[in-house]
Amino acid sequence: MRSVLSLRALPVMLRVGFAEAVAYRAEFLVWILSTTMPLIMLALWSAVARDEPMGRFGQAEFTAYFLVTFIVRQLVGSWASWQLNWEIRQGTLALRLLRPVHPMLAFAVENLGALPLRVVICVPVVAIALLAVGSGPLPRSPAAWGLALVALAGGWLITFCASFAIGSLAFYFDSSLKVMDVWLTLFLVFSGYIAPVELFPPAMRVAAEWMPFRYQIGLPVELLTSAHEPAAALALVARQWAWVGGLGLAAVLLWRGGLRRFAAYGG
Amino acid sequence: MILVRDLRKDYRVHQRPPGLRAAARSLFRREYKTIHAVDGVSFEIAPGERVGLLGPNGAGKTTTLKVLSGLLHPTSGEVHVDGHVPRRREAAFLAKITLVMGQKQQLMWDLPPAETFELNRAIYDVPRDTYRETLGELGKLLELGELPARPTRQLSLGERMKCELAAALIHRPKLLFLDEPTIGLDVSMQATIRAFIRRYNQRSGATVVLTSHYMEDVAALCPRVVVVDRGRVSYDGGLDELVRRMRPEKRVVLHLERPVDRADLAALGTVVAHGPAEAVLQVDQAGLHGAVSRALAALPVRDLTVENAPLEEVMSELFSRSRAAAAEAEREAATP
Repeated sequence: MRSVLSLRALPVMLRVGFAEAVAYRAEFLVWILSTTMPLIMLALWSAVARDEPMGRFGQAEFTAYFLVTFIVRQLVGSWASWQLNWEIRQGTLALRLLRPVHPMLAFAVENLGALPLRVVICVPVVAIALLAVGSGPLPRSPAAWGLALVALAGGWLITFCASFAIGSLAFYFDSSLKVMDVWLTLFLVFSGYIAPVELFPPAMRVAAEWMPFRYQIGLPVELLTSAHEPAAALALVARQWAWVGGLGLAAVLLWRGGLRRFAAYGG
Repeated sequence: MILVRDLRKDYRVHQRPPGLRAAARSLFRREYKTIHAVDGVSFEIAPGERVGLLGPNGAGKTTTLKVLSGLLHPTSGEVHVDGHVPRRREAAFLAKITLVMGQKQQLMWDLPPAETFELNRAIYDVPRDTYRETLGELGKLLELGELPARPTRQLSLGERMKCELAAALIHRPKLLFLDEPTIGLDVSMQATIRAFIRRYNQRSGATVVLTSHYMEDVAALCPRVVVVDRGRVSYDGGLDELVRRMRPEKRVVLHLERPVDRADLAALGTVVAHGPAEAVLQVDQAGLHGAVSRALAALPVRDLTVENAPLEEVMSELFSRSRAAAAEAEREAATP
């Protein structure tokens, strides 16, 4: 019954999520500024590749890679970890628990509700990317586009599930924010956010392939810039969705176990 | 409607003394203490009842309310609410209840309350016609006016609480759990909220379980009270009966035309208050008639009323007796 109710409520929940994102527009714009690392990396790597390309990356390839990285970063963002950590510590999670909609779904929809605003931010970057490097690097077939979009969805799900799982750790520890800091540090190094994974030294590259971070950002960017043959792309997406399943399961288990410990402090 | 049997809820609390050394030690070795927030509470509540859950701070009343609404998992014991086990938080159960916490709000801070109303309509799957009708009724009863259209952060505490109540009742719950719903509100707003809760109960037949430190809330709303102290029920019954049992004496309030001597008042009963224009006497039930007759005959009385002892005093005495009994029990347990 709960899932049926929740599905019917989805459009209103999404609209309210959007209204909240608009209400916090100043904070939102500051957050956007904090995600401009790919643009800085673009300037840096373009300078490095001015004289000779690095692997398959010349200046045009770096431009395409980092502009798409900026866009993907906007689309796969989730802040459930901070919200959940705060609500568990303050006890305000109680108010979510009283509603007949699973808080995991509620957090997901709130995060997704901000997407239209993020898409608006992405539009000029897309235009600049098309002007700068043309549509050459984009997927060339509907199947390739489909797989890239599946990878994009997978990237968001990994980010959200990891964020929700880490947020749920606040049921067990005093605060889970430091765990999130560790996650973000590893994310910064291994996701392909500051450098394409294929330029990593071999050992780091192997490590990146077995960790979830590359599948948050790197893989969707690689598929949107046609970096892989179809078979390799499919194998990578399968690995990505294994991470989606694993982190989803971890999030659910941590949530369920944590709920028994919830003290609903305050009030 | 509600059945609670031997409910227990323990918390494991980290304890450390202040200071740098204790902080450093707690990095490696932490000491925990188990707090029995609720320690074997049992009661039943029938449909449509209005019951006050009373007790001093830390008595376990809010914990009990949170267990009843499914927020906390009990350590042990049996809890059934309208056929549901609350900790399972089934959608059908959540759709029947609401919990209003005076110190927490469900309204979205930067959006107008109307957005929260609409969100709740969708989440509880309330048909649009019913929603409009309910909101109309709530708006009239709570005198909401234009409040739902203003951003929540711009509303006063009282205005927020009115909107909070409306948001909590959009789905017409059968069970209202109210945790200090009038805390921090001015006297007139408290009266509005009390009148509203009473009317909602009478109109809808909803069951109301209330905790409050304001005895006016309890006196106005709860014919029955369950007093919880140190996690245990120390009284369960009618409010009038509790007052009679704790303070069988009556208060005689004398409004005087001119000041009188304290000795003249003391001849009639125990003097509780003595002022130039008003005096309060405490008189036992058997001597009430005689004391009133003598006061009217011998003193310059302009007006006279007979009242029960104030509920605050009754509760305070009940809590101090309970604390004394607990201390005695501890002493006995410690004696070899």
